[in-house]
Amino acid sequence: MSGCLDIRDLSAVLPNGQRVLRSVSLAVQPGEVCALVGESGAGKTMIGKAVLGVLPSSVRIVEGDMRLEGEDLGKLPPKARRTLIGARTALIPQDPLTALNPSRRVGSQMTDRLVRILGWSGERADTRIRQLLDEVQIRDPDRVLKSYPHELSGGMRQRVLIAAAFAAEPRLIVADEPTTALDVTVQKQILRLIVQLQREHGTAILFVTHDLGVVAKISQKVSVLYAGKVVEEAETAALFAAPQHPYTRALMAATPRYTDPFASLKPVDEAVLAGLASEIAAADQAWRRPHG
Amino acid sequence: MDEGRAQRRGVSPRLWLAGGWLLLALLAAIFAPLVGPQDPLAQDLMLERLPPFWMNGAEPGYWLGTDSLGRDLLSRLIFGGRIAFIVAFSAAIAACLVGSTLGLIAGYFGGWADRIISRVVDVWMAFPPVLFAILLVAVLGTGLSSVILAIAIIDWTRFCRVIRAETMGQSHMDYVENARIAGYGRIGIMLREVLPNVVPSIVALLSLEMGIAVIVEAILSFVNLSISTDDPTWGGIIAEGRLSIHQAWWVLVFPLITLILTVLSFSQFGEALKTRFDPVLR
Repeated sequence: MSGCLDIRDLSAVLPNGQRVLRSVSLAVQPGEVCALVGESGAGKTMIGKAVLGVLPSSVRIVEGDMRLEGEDLGKLPPKARRTLIGARTALIPQDPLTALNPSRRVGSQMTDRLVRILGWSGERADTRIRQLLDEVQIRDPDRVLKSYPHELSGGMRQRVLIAAAFAAEPRLIVADEPTTALDVTVQKQILRLIVQLQREHGTAILFVTHDLGVVAKISQKVSVLYAGKVVEEAETAALFAAPQHPYTRALMAATPRYTDPFASLKPVDEAVLAGLASEIAAADQAWRRPHG
Repeated sequence: MDEGRAQRRGVSPRLWLAGGWLLLALLAAIFAPLVGPQDPLAQDLMLERLPPFWMNGAEPGYWLGTDSLGRDLLSRLIFGGRIAFIVAFSAAIAACLVGSTLGLIAGYFGGWADRIISRVVDVWMAFPPVLFAILLVAVLGTGLSSVILAIAIIDWTRFCRVIRAETMGQSHMDYVENARIAGYGRIGIMLREVLPNVVPSIVALLSLEMGIAVIVEAILSFVNLSISTDDPTWGGIIAEGRLSIHQAWWVLVFPLITLILTVLSFSQFGEALKTRFDPVLR
């Protein structure tokens, strides 16, 4: 039963009572890449943050449970939860610039975590970091380790963060739109690196993105999210072959095609959105009844 | 990048001029008994109101002239510098330690800690600072330590407000979140991740605060609330010079210039240091 990550019926609310996550269920098996797709504001990042235990203080989880390798995160005392999350998970963030501390050298930031959280010796951490830098194809580790983040390019910074994420051999990595802030030319390399390291290390990835093209390329499973609700969940191949939910179909139709660059961009169809709105209203109604 | 370099070139002369003056004044103050040409307290009514060296009637050895009691102005300025620097360093450092610590806590932890600290700061800042200082010294009694204490008590709020705002900005950065995911404790994150990023501001403020402390000390001496009236202080000399402005303008003008140069240097020095300390601007 024990998958890498099991989210069941997770609901979270804002202080005004509005639900931002609507009974989300999600499972990531060990070594699997699970994509989380949706428009901006759909709650993709929120799910990632909930898993990593860094939800904004205004968002409150009111229902459901999250299991990380069988351990119920909600039932653990805060300290044990932090330790577990710190040891078993990592984040590849969206913006590689703000994700590195601007006033500390890259090397110390990378080794620090291994030394201080996992209790490795400085030497072992250093060797490990260099090995990972090699894996992400950084050829001059000495220079990079001694640099401040602003001295590296965006692609370099993201490589550093990928290396840092894999360094402690986490079981689960949350990749939160890791290529969005990068140049198109770099995006592809970074994506390839993530997939390559994922395969070699057998890490499960919860891959948050709005890009269906990326989903098709890297994931085995997809959850389509709208307004904090999973509207469709399927194997990637099956989803692209035969999308079940009208919203998924509309989302696919809205993807711009390189073959026809002059076609105007298509928004998601109004009728589909109206259908979604009533679906969500009904779900909220049903959810509120037992919850007062 | 070119812009950054041009800026750096522009920073250098500022740093050198300001730092140069401060170093000169500081060395003179430290070695006052060696470099002061005369005894700053020695009165000689035969030598009263001697003009500075380039004017008719100047005496050698009294470079900036004498006051109405015949005391050597340059020596009094140099010895007054001792008090100015002692007050500047100790008061600014005390204010900085208290203010930055509270600012860091308020900004990083937020919630009720922030609410309490911010309200205290608001109330504190509602007092007019100079009146507050005069009141404090009146209560604490005159003397060097009361002056230092009074300035620290008044001015910690400057540090607190700025550092709180900066810390809040930094706390929402992704790298702080990353550190939380990695499992660092809150205090650890505050000290290891956030603090290094607010240090440039602390340094700039510290230098600025030293300049402010010099002014406040001068104001307190001016109204005779600083330390014993025997010791020369810049504010005291200005107060005396004011009385004889028509007969001996130099007794007022030279301490004013000294004061202005010192305060200006402190603030410029701080700005330049901030640019130096900031890894992104560097």
